[in-house]
Formats: sequence, structure tokens, C-alpha cells
Amino acid sequence: MPSRYLLRRLAHVLPTVAGLLVLNFCIIHLAPGDPAIALGGEHGDEAYYTFLRARFGLDRPLPEQLLTYITNVLRGDLGTSFVHGRSVVAVITERLPATLLLVSSALALSSVAGIGLGALAARHGRRAADVSINAVALLGYAVPSFWLGQMVLLALAVGTGLFPVQGMTDARNPQTGFGYLLDVFHHLALPVLVLAANELALTTRLVRTGLIEALGTDYVRTARAKGLPEGLVIRHALRNVMLPVITVIGSRAGMFLSGAVLVEVVFAWPGLGRLLLSSLLARDYPILLGMFLLISLGVILANLITDLAYAWLDPRIRYQ
Amino acid sequence: MSAPRVGLFRIFRSGAGRVGIVLTGGLLAVALLAGRIAPADPFASVGPPLSPPTLAHAMGTDDLGRDLLSGVAHGTRTSLLLALIVSVLTGFIGVMVGALAAWEGGRMDDALMRITEFVQIIPRFFLAVIVIALFGPGLDRLVLLLALTSWPWIARVVRAEVLSLTQREFVEAARSLGAGRSRVLFREVLPNALPPVVVVVSLNAASVILIEAGLSFLGLGDPDVVSLGYLANNAQRFLRVAWWMAVFPGATIALAVLGLNLLGDGLNEVLSPRGAS
Repeated sequence: MPSRYLLRRLAHVLPTVAGLLVLNFCIIHLAPGDPAIALGGEHGDEAYYTFLRARFGLDRPLPEQLLTYITNVLRGDLGTSFVHGRSVVAVITERLPATLLLVSSALALSSVAGIGLGALAARHGRRAADVSINAVALLGYAVPSFWLGQMVLLALAVGTGLFPVQGMTDARNPQTGFGYLLDVFHHLALPVLVLAANELALTTRLVRTGLIEALGTDYVRTARAKGLPEGLVIRHALRNVMLPVITVIGSRAGMFLSGAVLVEVVFAWPGLGRLLLSSLLARDYPILLGMFLLISLGVILANLITDLAYAWLDPRIRYQ
Repeated sequence: MSAPRVGLFRIFRSGAGRVGIVLTGGLLAVALLAGRIAPADPFASVGPPLSPPTLAHAMGTDDLGRDLLSGVAHGTRTSLLLALIVSVLTGFIGVMVGALAAWEGGRMDDALMRITEFVQIIPRFFLAVIVIALFGPGLDRLVLLLALTSWPWIARVVRAEVLSLTQREFVEAARSLGAGRSRVLFREVLPNALPPVVVVVSLNAASVILIEAGLSFLGLGDPDVVSLGYLANNAQRFLRVAWWMAVFPGATIALAVLGLNLLGDGLNEVLSPRGAS
């Protein structure tokens, strides 16, 4: 991949991030009431709000305030959570690993299984396997993640006791070392399955449709004519099918994260979703604003990675 | 290209389209007739609390003895109404932005597409969380917010369609017959650009229903209006004792989303030559 493409694509990110900061700033200032409350939460006393007004220069003209806000964000200062008594960045980074574990496991599962199932369905075009995989995928795509979580909890955790209902570890029986890992995986299984369901369904459908189209093309006929085994033919075709699949997966980063948040709430998984819910209940605005900013940056990053992966996979794609 | 009207009727030939129409139409009927279907006011306590489904309460009752069937019927009305209003608004914004970008070209196109990319990258769900947390819950601001953030996909589709249609012979013919710029755009190009928009709008309506449900599930719904997400949120606390509170509202959301997606698939099959193969 030429570095010029990389540079141009990176330069593209800057205005987006700037726009995001301005948007955040506007939300703080358009919110009803005092922006000091949006920045400090509803629990502070007058002295604290006076301190915030001085720190963010809330008595200064708006452009100056915007500059102060951007400078603070660039320094990694997203304010202080009044509820937690610590910096917003510290509170969020503490919860991040649990969410990343959930999200990356689900993404890995949905991608690998989705490609496998999609290829399986495409190979058995219009027969029972194809029809049933396609029907389940349609259903999986329509079911709201939190509801699927509730149903899975009802059926598998509350009903049979095979899986833990809540949390990341068993609080009554703390483990160390390998036992701890097993405990976490045991708790991880259901939330990952539920979170992966939507993406799995979508990936399966995309791979299936793409492969059915690709298997009718000339290069596939040539490959078959020279006697390549069917598995290898599908692998050739898959490489071309992966381009739209990667685009769709990457462009859904925001949807995926919102699904993760809801699934975390259902399973009491101790990540960003739980933090979001408790901050909503406590009206801890600095945390909420910080989470919005960081999640948006995460989505921008995911889009960047998608574009770069796309350019890496498809040598035809170059910037101008 | 056939006229859009004929194209839309062809949807009955597609299996996905038929199921989609039946599901969406059925739920639309429930939404329109909510007042008749619902045995009671969704907020009124009319039976014993946490009663499983019985003859008197077909979907059971919640913790306050409110009839769940009434809640689901009125909730369907709320969800579909929200999806409908947001769809009309996003359709309008998306078509205007896309058409303007393609028609004017040059700097206007660059600027509009930059804005489109920016809006598209903002996580809608989290923006809605922030805005509702700071501004307070309400369907009006949710409609506005979702309308202002959901149009980029439509704009891109319209832009691509208009760009390709302006090269076609029939547009050339209209121009050479002396039709003015705005007449060519509004009478020749735009009507032919609309079929793919219908597909995107129906898929987007499904995601609007999901977003409302997710927000209400987090307790950010309008407390004065029954919605399907509101019922699902209420159900989470009683999951172990009242399965019916979780099953029926969630299943209705799933049916609505499935119906709109199938409708989109069906429309895509009959309207786009690529999908027909």
C-alpha cells in the first residue's frame, strides 16, 4: 500500500475529528440550563460549578470557550466524574477491557462463522441447507440484541442453570490463574453469542449472496475447467466476496457498539454498557459526554481501518 | 425502465416481498386499530399484578396489573408512527441533498458529500443517548434527532442514481426538446431515481424501530408514551418471574424489523435489475 494513500486517508480523518469536537461542544452549550451542570453533573455545589466555570472559561466568549474545550480534550482532559471522584478518562479506561473482550470475541465469532455458513449456503444453492441458513440469518438479523439476551437468559441460564446469569466472574467462588480464565470464559459465552448473532446473520447473508454471484463468473468457470478442487475454487471466489463484507462490517462499528452496550446491561457485564447505565441513572454528564466522544473516535478509527484493509485487499483501489 | 407504479406491484411476485407485506401490513393494522384491539388503557391497572397469559389478559399483566396486550398494541402504534415520520423526513432530506450534490456537482458536491460522510460516521444511538440524557426524554426530539442523522445513506443512493441517469438518452432527449434544468431534474431524473430510495427507506425504518427500542430499554424512552422498548425495559426487572413481559413486546419488535427488512429485500428484488438475477 503506497504511503501516499495512507497519508491522504489520515488527512481525511482530521476534519471529521474536528467536527466531532465542535458537535460535542454544541451539545454541552445547547443543553437546557447551565453548561457547568453538563460538564460537572448535577451533584456539585456552587463552589464546584464556580471552579468549573473558571476552568472551562464559561464566562468567556464562545469561540474562546471552544478553543479551551478543544485544548483540554487534546490534553486528554475530558473532565471529572463527580460520582466517581476521578477523571473521566480513568473511569472509562478502567471499564474498557471488559467491553473490548466482549466485542472482539463476538466480532471474531461472527466473522469466522458467518463466512463458513455463507459459503456452506452458497455451495448448496437453493437446497435445504441454503434455505434454512438463509431463513435463520434473516431472523437473527431482525431480533433486537437485548431481547435475544433476555430470551437466552430465560432459556439457558435461569431455566437450566448451565450458564451463569450475570457478571464476568463468580463472586462467591473467586478463582485465580487458569480457573479464573475458565470462569471468565464461562461468563463470556452467552453475551458473546447474543452480541454476535446480528453480525453473524448479516455476514452470512452477504457472503452467501456474494458467493452465489461470484460462482457464476468466468474466472470461476476457468478454475473449475482446469480441475481445481471445489474448496480451492471457493477460496478464490471468497477473496473477491470479502471486499463488500469488510466494508459492511466496518461501517457497522457504531451499531455493533450500541448492541454491546445493551447486551452488557442484560448480562450485567462490567464494561462500558454498565457504566453508561449507571451514569444515566446518576446523571453523571461528564462520563456520558466522554463516552460519546471516545465511542465516536472508535467508530472513526474502525472506518479508517476498514478503508486501509480494503486498499490492501484490492490493489485496484487507489486514491485518485 | 418501467414506471415505478408497475414496479411496486411486482413485489407480490417475490417471496420475501409477500411475507414482508403481510408482516408490515399486519402490524400497521394493529397500530391503526390499537384503540379497538387493546382491551384496556395501556396505563390503567385492570387486573392482578404479574398474571401469566389468561383468557382475560391474552398476554398477561405487568407488575402494576396493566394489560400487556394493550401495551403491545399501543406500543406498536408508537414504534411504527415514529418509523413513519422519521422515514418521511429522512427521505426528504436525503433526496434533496443527494440530488443537489449530483445536479450541481463541483464544490457543492464536495461540500455536501463531506457533510454526508461526517453525519454517517456519528454513532446515532450514542448521540441519541447523550441528547436525551441532557435534554430530557421526548418523542419529538427523538424524531428530529433520528431524521437529522439517518439521511446520509439515502443521499448517497440518490446521488449515484442521479449521476447515472443524467447520462441516459431519455434525459438527453428531454433536454434537446427544450426542457429547463429544474423540469429535467424534477420530472425526468428524480422520479426514476426514487425506486432504490424506497428500498433504503424501508431498511432504515427497521433500524429506527431498533434504536427506539434500545433507547427505551436503557430507560430513555418517553415515560408518557407506551412503546415496545418501554415494555421490554420494564420486563428486565421481572425476567425470572414473568417471562411473558419480555417475550411479547420483544417478539413484536422482531416481527416489525423482520417485516420491514423483507419488504426492503422484496422491493430490491423487483426494482433493481441486479437483485432480480
